[in-house]
Amino acid sequence: MSVNMRGMEWDSVARRPAGILLLVLGLLLAAGLCTASTPSDNPVPNIFEPHSTPADSIFHLSRFVLTITGLIFLVVFTLLVYAVVKFRARAGDSAHEPAQVYGSTQIELAWTVIPILIVVVLFLATTRVIHAIQDAPKPANVVEVIAIGHQFWWEFRYPALGIVTANELHIPVSDPANPTPTYLKLLSADTDHSFWVPQLAGKTDLIPNRVNTMWMDPHRTGIFLGQCAQYCGTQHAKMLLRVTVDSREDFEAWADAQKQPAKIDETVSAGRRVFETTACINCHAVAGTAATGRFGPDLTHMMSRRTIASGAAENTPENLGMWIQDPEMIKPGSLMPAMKLSDADLDAVVRYLETLR
Amino acid sequence: MSSDAIAIRVPETAGRPWVEALHDWITTVDHKRLGILYILYAFLFLVIGGIEAIVIRIQLMRPHNDIVSPQVFNRMFTMHGTTMIFFVIMPVMFGFANYLVPLMIGARDMAFPRLNAFSFWLTAFGGMLLYFSFIGGSGLYGAGNAPDVGWWAYAPLTSRAFSPGHSADYWTIAVLVSGFGSIGTATNLIATILSMRCPGMTLGRMPLMAWMTLVMSGLVLISISPLTAAQIMLLVDRYLGGHFFDTQAGGSAALWMHFFWIFGHPEVYILVIPAFAFASEIIPVFSRKPIFGYPVMVAATVCIGFISMSVWAHHMFTIGMDSNANTFFVLTTMAIAVPTGIKIFNWLGTMWGGKIQFKTPMLFCVAFLFQFLIAGLTGIMLGAAPFNWQLSGSYFVVAHFHYVIVGAILFCIFGAVYYWYPKMTGRMLNEGLGKLHFWLFVIGFHLTFDLMHIPGVLGMPRRIYTYEPGRGWDSWNVIISIGAFIQGIATLLFVANLVFSYFKGPKAWNDPWDAWTLEWSVSSPPPAYNFATIPTVASRRPLWDRKHPEDPDSRYE
Amino acid sequence: MSEATTSIAQVPESWSLPYRGKVGMACLIIAESAIFTIFVVAYLFYVGKSLTGPTPREVLATPIFYTICLLSSSLTIHFASRFLERANRVAFLGLWLLTIVLGGLFLFGTGREWHRLIYEHGLTISTNLFGTTYYSLVGLHATHVTVGLIMLGIVFLFGLAGRVGSEQSARVEVLSMYWHFVDAVWVVVFTVVYILGR
Repeated sequence: MSVNMRGMEWDSVARRPAGILLLVLGLLLAAGLCTASTPSDNPVPNIFEPHSTPADSIFHLSRFVLTITGLIFLVVFTLLVYAVVKFRARAGDSAHEPAQVYGSTQIELAWTVIPILIVVVLFLATTRVIHAIQDAPKPANVVEVIAIGHQFWWEFRYPALGIVTANELHIPVSDPANPTPTYLKLLSADTDHSFWVPQLAGKTDLIPNRVNTMWMDPHRTGIFLGQCAQYCGTQHAKMLLRVTVDSREDFEAWADAQKQPAKIDETVSAGRRVFETTACINCHAVAGTAATGRFGPDLTHMMSRRTIASGAAENTPENLGMWIQDPEMIKPGSLMPAMKLSDADLDAVVRYLETLR
Repeated sequence: MSSDAIAIRVPETAGRPWVEALHDWITTVDHKRLGILYILYAFLFLVIGGIEAIVIRIQLMRPHNDIVSPQVFNRMFTMHGTTMIFFVIMPVMFGFANYLVPLMIGARDMAFPRLNAFSFWLTAFGGMLLYFSFIGGSGLYGAGNAPDVGWWAYAPLTSRAFSPGHSADYWTIAVLVSGFGSIGTATNLIATILSMRCPGMTLGRMPLMAWMTLVMSGLVLISISPLTAAQIMLLVDRYLGGHFFDTQAGGSAALWMHFFWIFGHPEVYILVIPAFAFASEIIPVFSRKPIFGYPVMVAATVCIGFISMSVWAHHMFTIGMDSNANTFFVLTTMAIAVPTGIKIFNWLGTMWGGKIQFKTPMLFCVAFLFQFLIAGLTGIMLGAAPFNWQLSGSYFVVAHFHYVIVGAILFCIFGAVYYWYPKMTGRMLNEGLGKLHFWLFVIGFHLTFDLMHIPGVLGMPRRIYTYEPGRGWDSWNVIISIGAFIQGIATLLFVANLVFSYFKGPKAWNDPWDAWTLEWSVSSPPPAYNFATIPTVASRRPLWDRKHPEDPDSRYE
Repeated sequence: MSEATTSIAQVPESWSLPYRGKVGMACLIIAESAIFTIFVVAYLFYVGKSLTGPTPREVLATPIFYTICLLSSSLTIHFASRFLERANRVAFLGLWLLTIVLGGLFLFGTGREWHRLIYEHGLTISTNLFGTTYYSLVGLHATHVTVGLIMLGIVFLFGLAGRVGSEQSARVEVLSMYWHFVDAVWVVVFTVVYILGR
């Protein structure tokens, strides 16, 4: 079975550009997807749509790197295509072997020196951004947050403000004239995790017995999505992140509300009794009550959050009930145990939790 | 199995019972048979690892898919990675080296034939132990069977506390044991290359494959050992109550990362350098010219070997090292791009001015050149640490390393199989099926791995069994999965070609490709003793000298 | 069928390549050195980081005598090898046995040290980071000494049976390379554990 060699050659040449075209189209489509969303809601965590200085610096570096690598690609690609087309064996060729060239010192020197120069340029550009982000001087007005990674949820503490919350982070927008960045101290209670909200910063890992820091200064309000980016066990996939960037006033209001202990509502005292006399309080805390567990998320203001189970489900009464009775339905392998409450108790507890605004 | 057919071909053993042939193969110390055993073993696991990949891709076709549970998915990606690296690529490279190096240097066998057999069976046992975990690994409380900790097995996820049961032990011991096999074969290859070259074959006259095998084996010696050490430490933690990686007792999770990647980075060069070797043998023959710049190719490979020991923490840019450490590893990572990139130019220079024949081996090697170029460039992107802080842990990285391992390494392996199958079996592979395999695989490869960069850039992390809809990842995942299915079909076609051609392929004589290195001077397949008389050589291309006595290479070297 | 030698090539006047046994052993030594390096790095990294328990300064006693035993066994094996090259089998066997005895003494000393540490000071591999790294590093070395002694013992038995002569001196030399390596590792371990790590 012999195939026409001439036809093959053209095919092998044509496929390369086709692949590239597809990639370019894809990127355009992706860009299109991004611009389709509303300004305050950012559903696509696109690293090329930064809204904070660290993410921005990375974006600019990436454009520089992409330009250089793109040029290298074009040059070498063209040479390869040329070689493959120009020097293919043709049917009418003489039987002689081509000139047996062993090498060329000048050419080899040139194509060693030029890459070295390119590497030096790339290295210098990269080093500048590393130091700009990691060694940035810390301004006076920062919001300090301690993020503790757990299997499979995020604990957030604001020590200066006396706030403890989980999974959904609120930070203030930062005015470039008067920056108020948020500095995160990253810890872990168990295995390795990684905090990644692409539009606000590059990712940094949370490693047990190690303290990492990162910072972000969002330039606009809105909601930014992310998730854990270091495999941490069964439910790594559903350790989602939701960062709400508030205006200064909204952030103050949120912080004030979060500082308050839980409101006591007598109409749900039955549910509260169930909560405080079963295993719930072994893991969960509700400020101002007997519940002081720290293994699971703090529930004092859980109704101020859009989602439960670290983003795995919307925060609705039905989902809450399902999560308590049978967490495997929502997040199989999570460390929340099935509480096996009676229907009446379950109902009461959910009603109680619904008051924790 | 082929063993019966080979037994039948040798006239004096016609009519032998198959048990005898099987016994011969199991007890063989002949480097050619062990090489074939390694390669067949690797292809078996290629299919198994491929099935694991297909399961992953089916699950990821839709968000919130539930084809498999998260527990099963996590086992799939762990087993897929571990299998492909330790039980596919490494054995196939050792297999080719085993088969070809003695022939290429004019020797009758490897330096230590019994060590050779022992090393193969250690590796084989390791693979079987890993897969036995599906049956035997169940621990307490239904703690799961096959390992599910990722192929890097980061601590403390692998500690008793977070990995109860025995699944993590299966990973550790299977890889540990096969690591001993790798060290054995590397020792054997180095001793063979240094001590058993035929007269006249100075180090500067060895085929590039021999040089690259030498460098790769040296890397195996110094990089598999750190993994072995770390795995012993892990076993001490899990079984003797040690605290090497016990963060509760002051231990360091980052220490495991350092030890693992001190192994892990040179490991990827161990995987790719033999692929370079295949390209360096195939491209000259099908361009009808010698390799352009042999000394620089050797120097560049040795450089890569050395520099590769200094780049490991570019896999750890996100763990919070300080800016100076990050800067150092950016420097070394960018530096290694130079000798690596140079090689592409040397292969280009080889084709330049030649008369390129696009037989199947060459098709795969040409695709390798384009794809390795792209892989190298995305590698440079990943080497720029701040850019890495966005790209690592995402599907961009998955796309990058599959571009290298599939697009560069596997393509060269396919090329090598089409090139040396005639020598090993005495039959030609079907050229039409070969071209079909090539084109189908190219289409599937690009559909999957070109597009896979995009979800990574849009924030999709790796090692997730499902994802949220509406993040812009959905459609890409569908097409990526379709490309995977196409690659699967192409691979099955390849296997079919191997089997079909074994029985029905046209007979191959000594030198079907008109090549120039010593393995083509003997019959296909070679006799058990390789050479009746040990040859003497005077240049890098002894068969060129013989075919062109009016213009031998020896005049110019 | 294999081809005859190429028509152009001349047989070089001298063509000698390194002895493959030595190359193989050198490779093994390189690989083993890498393993030991990692254990040494772990030991040094964790110096002073134990959260509890006995510290090196409190419990370690420098094993000078047993170190001298092990290091002099390198001398004895070196001379044993020399004597074998000159076909002096008796001297070879005597010095070879002395090597084994000295190595055995070293192992005995290690065992005594561990007994003391475990029963008098309560230091085990699971006590703290020091315990883990100490027993792993010294234990890894002791394992290599044990394997070496077994191999030396086998050669000794063959020697007693009259089967080790000057024709085997190259192989014996390879084995003594391993023994020298084991001693060199002890120099490093000793320095790290008993000098730097205290």
